[in-house]
Amino acid sequence: MSDVAAGLTIEEEGGRVVLVPTGDWIVDTIARFASDIARIDHDIDPGRVMIDLSGIDRIDTAGAYLLARPIHRARDGVTEQHFRGDHATARRLIQLVLEKAINSEPEIEDRRFGFIQAAARVGAGLESAWKEMIATFAFFGHAITSFASTSARPWRFRMTPIFAVMEVAGVNALPIIAVLSFFIGAVVAFMGANLLETFGASIFTVELVGIAVLREFGVLITAIMLAGRSDSAFTAAIGSMKMQQEIDAMRVLGIDPYEALVIPRIVACVIMAPLLTFAAMIAGIVGGLLVCWSALDISPQFFVTRIHDSVPIQNFWVGMSKAPVFGAIIAIIGCKQGLDVGGDVESLGRHVTASVVQSIFMVIIVDALFAMMYLELGI
Amino acid sequence: MSAASTPLIEVRGLKTAFGTHVIHDGLNLEVRRGEIMGLVGGSGTGKSVLMNTMIGLKRPDAGEIFYNGRALGKMADSERARLESHWGVLFQGGALFSALTVRENVMAPMREHTDLPRSLMSELADMKIALTGLGPEAPTKFPSELSGGMKKRAGLARALALDPDVLFLDEPTAGLDPIGAAAFDSLIRELRDALGLTVFIVTHDLDTLFAICDRVAVLAEKRCVAVAPIDELLQNDHPWIREYFRGPRGRAATMAREG
Repeated sequence: MSDVAAGLTIEEEGGRVVLVPTGDWIVDTIARFASDIARIDHDIDPGRVMIDLSGIDRIDTAGAYLLARPIHRARDGVTEQHFRGDHATARRLIQLVLEKAINSEPEIEDRRFGFIQAAARVGAGLESAWKEMIATFAFFGHAITSFASTSARPWRFRMTPIFAVMEVAGVNALPIIAVLSFFIGAVVAFMGANLLETFGASIFTVELVGIAVLREFGVLITAIMLAGRSDSAFTAAIGSMKMQQEIDAMRVLGIDPYEALVIPRIVACVIMAPLLTFAAMIAGIVGGLLVCWSALDISPQFFVTRIHDSVPIQNFWVGMSKAPVFGAIIAIIGCKQGLDVGGDVESLGRHVTASVVQSIFMVIIVDALFAMMYLELGI
Repeated sequence: MSAASTPLIEVRGLKTAFGTHVIHDGLNLEVRRGEIMGLVGGSGTGKSVLMNTMIGLKRPDAGEIFYNGRALGKMADSERARLESHWGVLFQGGALFSALTVRENVMAPMREHTDLPRSLMSELADMKIALTGLGPEAPTKFPSELSGGMKKRAGLARALALDPDVLFLDEPTAGLDPIGAAAFDSLIRELRDALGLTVFIVTHDLDTLFAICDRVAVLAEKRCVAVAPIDELLQNDHPWIREYFRGPRGRAATMAREG
């Protein structure tokens, strides 16, 4: 079925404008008549327009729509006087289009740009950030009360999902966290060795690696990896359950989604974050140790002894103390964003992004608060 | 009307299996040009799978689908693409693009396959949307703001965007109120009469079967056990068919039609 080229001639006849379409008037062929038809629609009184149907080969609703446009505003309706000639389906199709289709003018979007609009956007952004923060705190509170009420009846803790999350979010993340931390430790050692050598104090590289990795990097790398890896998975998993109405189904069946979905993730993250942090610390120190050995000729035995002697154990505890807090922050933000997902795919993507960004942001802010607190405490 | 009775789509010896679970085995079916064919079958008999195979989304494990006598699996890409641009498909849930408004959804196939000016595309899209019975506020809405029934109508508008020759509908009236379902039926028939469409409907809606289907295919025992106009099917002795049409709901629909 190859298309016959469409044609259109416009004739004046006794005060009437006659449109003579020929060939196939279908969606593939009518594009070039759009402007002609629009002009007739605009300039000529619909009562004067007549359509000669006899030359049409095939016609579809798109062609019928285009032909119907010059006559659709006729005051006394579309009648016999608008048509001439015969066609098997054209009349009927034009009538169908006229009768069913509404006549809606495409509306023009308000797209002004200016200072006021820019200010309005900033304001709207700030307001939604503020509301989001309040909502996150509310969720935090809800999660805490829910945790407390479950703790009162410890047999209500769902062990299977807790262990499943511990494995997926924790154990499976171990290799990547260890490797990253190893390289961070190595890089810190390199930088330190280079810089400290100029003062003839390259032996302090050991302290640098020890304090940096134990106090900050071990736990930060872990938290950022958890945020990027597990947090997005939490949001996506809970969000798609929300989209499929699974959360509603849970509520109706008397299952508390906080108890079934949120608490296990929080518990698993709070348990796994310190363990992963510990592994990250070991890996980071090994990275620093290898660099010291190869670049500075500090033997591993000496490195370990020096860490024992000159890096206070508080650094380790400072790092470890932050881990469960970060774990909880990540799990809570991930679950909150998941439960906020609306009905469409678009919102799922938006919330996954928001959840990763917010949790990394919060981890770093809280890390800064910890740093100030420990500074005041003198630890 | 000899041209009308030549098969447009032919399914020959189709076998479909998921792993060891065989859904269809030696299934044959002919859809004639210009007819409205209904497909019925119990849940899990693979009605939607059959439709997906017919539109080439799923490759058959054995057998072949023919369009105008040409095997779908052996077509060159360009021929296949041309064929596909003459299909309209309405999926069960509507399958609208969630990032686009209803109007943009309907415009999507036009933008891909035609060179119409943008303003005309948007007018045509509004016309198709109105044709399917959606109100003037619908075109600017996003799919997430629509009810299930409205999504179906918007999906039909998108399926009709390029005025296809063949329309595949997967349970078009499920979840519609009876008034909407009746309007849907009459729209399908009107379009078929005006445009000479061939329509393939997977449905459970007995009213649709009685009202608009020229022939009905029954899927059971992994194949089409009967293909016939509805009146003949009512006389069929196959136990499942008797149960289907002579059960309480089937009887109600039959009585409604006979008045």
